[in-house]
Amino acid sequence: MTAHAVEVRGLHKRYGDVTAVDGLDLGIRYGEVFGLLGPNGAGKSTTVEILQGHRSRDDGEVAVLGADPATADRAWHARVGIVWQDESAPAELTVRETVTHFARYYPKPRDPDAVIALVGLEAKAKARIKSLSGGQRRRLDVALGVIGGPELLLLDEPTTGFDPGARRQFWELIRMLAAEGTTIVLTTHYLEEAEALADRLAVIAAGKVVAEGNPAQLRAEYGTYATVEWQEADGAPRSERTRTPTRTVAELTGRFDGEIPGLRITRPTLEDVYLRLTGQEVAP
Amino acid sequence: MTTDPGTKTRTASAETPPLPGVWTIGLQRGGVEIKQFFRQRDQVIFTFAFPIVFLALFASIFRDNLEGTGITASQLYVPTMLASGLMSVSFQSLGISIAVERDEKVLRRLRGTPMPPAAYFLGKIWLVLATGVAEAVILLAVGSTLFDVDLPATAGKWLTFVWIFVLGLTGCALLGIAVSSLPTSGKSASSVVILPFLLLQFMSGVYIPTKELPDWMLSVGSLFPLKWMCQGLRGVFLPESAASLEHAGAWEYDRIALVLGAWVIGGLVLCLLTFRWKSKQDG
Ligand SMILES: Nc1ncnc2c1ncn2[C@@H]1O[C@H](COP(=O)(O)OP(=O)(O)OP(=O)(O)O)[C@@H](O)[C@H]1O
Ligand SMILES: [Mg+2]
Repeated sequence: MTAHAVEVRGLHKRYGDVTAVDGLDLGIRYGEVFGLLGPNGAGKSTTVEILQGHRSRDDGEVAVLGADPATADRAWHARVGIVWQDESAPAELTVRETVTHFARYYPKPRDPDAVIALVGLEAKAKARIKSLSGGQRRRLDVALGVIGGPELLLLDEPTTGFDPGARRQFWELIRMLAAEGTTIVLTTHYLEEAEALADRLAVIAAGKVVAEGNPAQLRAEYGTYATVEWQEADGAPRSERTRTPTRTVAELTGRFDGEIPGLRITRPTLEDVYLRLTGQEVAP
Repeated sequence: MTTDPGTKTRTASAETPPLPGVWTIGLQRGGVEIKQFFRQRDQVIFTFAFPIVFLALFASIFRDNLEGTGITASQLYVPTMLASGLMSVSFQSLGISIAVERDEKVLRRLRGTPMPPAAYFLGKIWLVLATGVAEAVILLAVGSTLFDVDLPATAGKWLTFVWIFVLGLTGCALLGIAVSSLPTSGKSASSVVILPFLLLQFMSGVYIPTKELPDWMLSVGSLFPLKWMCQGLRGVFLPESAASLEHAGAWEYDRIALVLGAWVIGGLVLCLLTFRWKSKQDG
């Protein structure tokens, strides 16, 4: 067994003349919650689908739980749970029927009713899937991803369409699974979600990893500047981006007599760092 | 969260019970397939009403007795409508539904679980058997009450019925599974599947007696199971005198068994060679 739950070296995937994944490397440790961030079309879903074994790859080495997903057997599939970005579920069945049925595929499933409660669908357990709202369907997708009690859980934008309450409930679920020792790989466009859940993050752009580390590290490494904002005497707003905000403030203190009007110092958020890393930054 | 992930270990995986068996999951899949089918009310009504409506239609168009046989045209249509009804719940229903399931990522989701692939097909077979039996019961009930068709009186004839039913349904189901790989999307599936089915119905003597078909057409029809299912079921439900209406002047049960059996084996090989779990854009 490798030291990593997920080991990816030099992964390449092309669709016709579009290169979706372009030399990607990842090492995800056992028991880790790993966040994959990246703009639309960066190659996140393609990567996750390759990790799951659904999509073929053009080049590179992939080991997931010590096996190549492309040739993995049933026992391997029992250990890996997945929530795809675009799912569909059997419309005519009820939530409970579906979750109970999927539980039968696994050697050691979780209790279906407990899983339904974990994703907050108790009230809808007897409802047909076709009658669920978008967010409720997404919760069902999550339920089906965890029903088998996976060792590795791959989640591709699992919280799209969740209301804030459902999102918090999902975070609790992820924390519970992580505390049990489940390795979790999660793609998301919500930076606060990545920050709240992930032990480590990788930012992907154009099929390559452009930065990797824990959220605080990324901020420290790529967000070394601060923005100082104030108002001139005539009321005109000014701002300055600097690595030495203290010196800027000291200068301003010299210029203004007493309080500096509208003074504000902001450190970059993870979102700012992310936008900069992926080249989507809006000039200040 | 800043806990060191290295310290967490999983204890549960030590004594994993064996994976559930193919037959057990196949049975479960069958239950789910049948539930889903019968909960789509409009689909159920149209599936089962179709052959009955056609039966009523043809019976009112052709009312005469067929010379020298002592049977009515409507009696003749009961077994052929049953045969095409069986092909519709197997070939047409699977051809369309599997293509749609492939397109709507149902197959992808199932392949993402430890479900054995064979269990999926077992589930489809249970569905086809259940709908096939329902189709037969409904058509024979209507046929024997409204169209003077006598249900077979001997165990031998029922036995013939059972093997034609099982072999025909299985062959058509396998052909349906194979044809489901042809449509490039779920939306195009019904057109891709229904046109050849309709043509085959004409070439197999479902609507027009085989004696009145041009030879080339009957030769094409004879390559497929439907013609032989029609012929075999006529043999079961019509009096012996009606054999004179057959192209060969006899029921030819040995040839029927041969062709239907060949389709079961050939269809299985065809499915194994051509079945796609992934849709075209999944590459
Ligand atoms: N089936 C496909 N056929 C052709 N091109 C594809 C296919 N799937 C993805 N692509 C292309 O590959 C690239 C990466 O797509 P992917 O779905 O992996 O991105 P993503 O990071 O998941 O984006 P998003 O945040 O929008 O979900 C995109 O340019 C996309 O257009
Ligand atoms: Mg995606």
